[in-house]
This record gives sequence, structure tokens and C-alpha cells, in this order.
Amino acid sequence: MAELDTSGGGSKKGGKIRSKKQSTRVDLTAMVDLAFLLITFFMLTTTLAKPQAMDIAMPDKDEKNQETLDVADNRTMTILLGSNNKLEWYMGLVDKPIGAPTTTGFGKNGIRKSIIEQKKQVLGVTGDPKKGLIILIKASEKSNYKNLVDILDEMAITKPQTYAIVDITNPEIDLLKRDKLY
Amino acid sequence: MPRIKIQRKSTAIDMTAMCDVAFLLLTFFILTATARQPEPLPVDTPSSIVQIKLPDSDISTITIGGEGKTFFGVSGQPVRVNMLERIGKRYSIQFTPEEKKRFSLIETFGVPVANLKQFISLDGATRSKEGFQPGIPADSVNGAASELHEWIIAARYATKEVNNKELRVSIKGDSKEKYPAVKKVIDILQRQEVNKFSLITSLEAEEK
Repeated sequence: MAELDTSGGGSKKGGKIRSKKQSTRVDLTAMVDLAFLLITFFMLTTTLAKPQAMDIAMPDKDEKNQETLDVADNRTMTILLGSNNKLEWYMGLVDKPIGAPTTTGFGKNGIRKSIIEQKKQVLGVTGDPKKGLIILIKASEKSNYKNLVDILDEMAITKPQTYAIVDITNPEIDLLKRDKLY
Repeated sequence: MPRIKIQRKSTAIDMTAMCDVAFLLLTFFILTATARQPEPLPVDTPSSIVQIKLPDSDISTITIGGEGKTFFGVSGQPVRVNMLERIGKRYSIQFTPEEKKRFSLIETFGVPVANLKQFISLDGATRSKEGFQPGIPADSVNGAASELHEWIIAARYATKEVNNKELRVSIKGDSKEKYPAVKKVIDILQRQEVNKFSLITSLEAEEK
């Protein structure tokens, strides 16, 4: 099958049977090498090219029916995404936050620590595992897409009870401006 | 004395079977591999720890990058044809079967509807040149819904009609893209009550 007769027509004339016997085999080593190289390439590209998908669910936006749900101030943590990959967080309401707003960065020594701390604290105050921490993520116009994905990633790691991405309000922008994050 | 003859023969190994198997596998992988088309807008996706793979079918991708340009793409050629027909009806443009066929081969595109006919007639190399496509307008004009909005609706209807499945929307954003550009797209999705969607990210090892 894969052996080619390379002896050509010349062998008939000469009638040298011995030389004809040797020339019937073609060395397939190089061909097999190439085939396996290509196999490796296609195997790797097909399995590794698939990107990851992070699922998010946004709060339902109903323009006609503006329902609001009251939750305790001490359970809500608001995270404001500012410029230069920095963020600011506070507990409670923007005009009377519980404790001063804190500026921090992303990553395990930044916001993750704070979230875990607050999560424990809230659970200690309410004493009910169903009334855990609620996180509101408010991205300002100066933040970029990576910040948003990073903070959602933190949500996936720390697993607060509820989190939502909501629009930023003017007092919060002023707060970011005050701390030079806008 | 026939021993000498046998020894001489054994120096060469018969590779026919190995070669057969190798090429069989090669053919299989070539055929199953989805040819990765050059993206008109290369984006650098941010990394995350999620490990859920993106599904292959019934998915549409909105690419955001290059200072707020948006591109749109949907999987499945019959879905694309159906979507083009719907867009043609919506904007009163007639497409020939040839144009539909050509369009069904385009994975991602980013041109306003007005330039769509001209865009379809171009060849693939010109089309995928970086910076050639201006992006789909995502702003609403004179109160009418934006073109991106119409494309998403058309794609959702088309997927439902062709495959009888819900279309999954995913957003593929550049990590340096400013938030307002992303917000604009999310708002468009929310306006048509798509509250669940995916963000495409690349893999990152979880910090311990």
C-alpha cells in the first residue's frame, strides 16, 4: 500500500532482479513524523482554544414597576470601582456610612480580606445564616472592564449571600472624587 | 544458510500501519477542529477563576473593544441566514441567496446595516483587516432602538425558530475597555429582558 515502486521502467530492460528488490521500499519515517506533529498540533488547538464563561445575572429592570426592598443598613456593603484599579467600599448608606469609607485595591490582600471580615461581622450581628452580607457593586465611568470582572471574581471566591451590579449615584461619585479615584 | 537473508530483511520496519493510523487521526482532528477565523477586533479578555467552558451552539458573542466598538456574532449558519432575513425585513433591504450564503460564513462582524450589502460582497481578507470594520452602532437614534438591539433580537428569534432553543448571550470585552461601553451593552440586553448572560474570560489559577 504505502510502498512505492520507484524502480521505474528501466528495470525491465536490464533484468537485474536484485536491484529491483531493494528499491521497492520507501522510507516512511519522515512522513509519520510529520503526521504525528500535525496530530499533536490539532489536538492541542482544539481543546485549549475554548474560553471560559462567567455567568452573571443582573437585577430585573422594570421601568413601570419600581419596587424597592428595604434591607438593613448594616447588611449592605457598597463597593465603588474607581480609576487606577482602585476601589472604595463602605457599609450602610452613602450619606451616613457605618465606619469611614475605605480605599483599597483588588486581590486577596485588598477587597477580599474586607469582604470576608464584613461577612463574618454581619453574620455575628444578625445571627441568622439567611441574613448574610449583601454586596452592591457600583462601577464608575473611570473603571474598566477588567475591574468589573475582577470584582465579580471576588464574589465567586468569597460567596456573599447576594450581590448585584447597580448604577452609581452622584453622592458616590463625589465620594470617589474626594478620594481622588475619579 | 537462509539465516543471513532473514537478518538483512529485518533492518527496515514496516511503517505502513503506523502511517495509516497517523493519517486517520490527522484527518479526524482536521475535520473536527473548528477553523478559527481571524477576528476583526482582537481583544485581550480579562482572566478569572471560573472554569465553566463556553458552549459551542446557540450562543452569540458581543465583542467590545477598541474604544467602545461593538461587534456581533452568532453560532450556526442556518441561524445567521434567518437572522439576516429578519434584519432585512426590519430595515427593508433585500438580500439575494448568494449574499445570504456569504453572510452565513462570517463569524463576527461590525458594520452598520447601511453598509451591510457592500460588506458582504468584500472578500474575507479585506473584511478581517484590523480597524476596517467600524463596529455596530449601539446608540439609539431618534428614539428608535439601536442596531445592536435589533441584531440581538433577530438572533434570539432566529435561534428559537431554527433550533428551538434559547440563545445565550455572552460578552467578550477587552480588559482595558472603560465601563460605560460595557454598561451600554448591558443596558441594551436588559431592555429586552436578557438579565442572564456570560462574560467571556480566560483562565487564571486560583490564589490560595
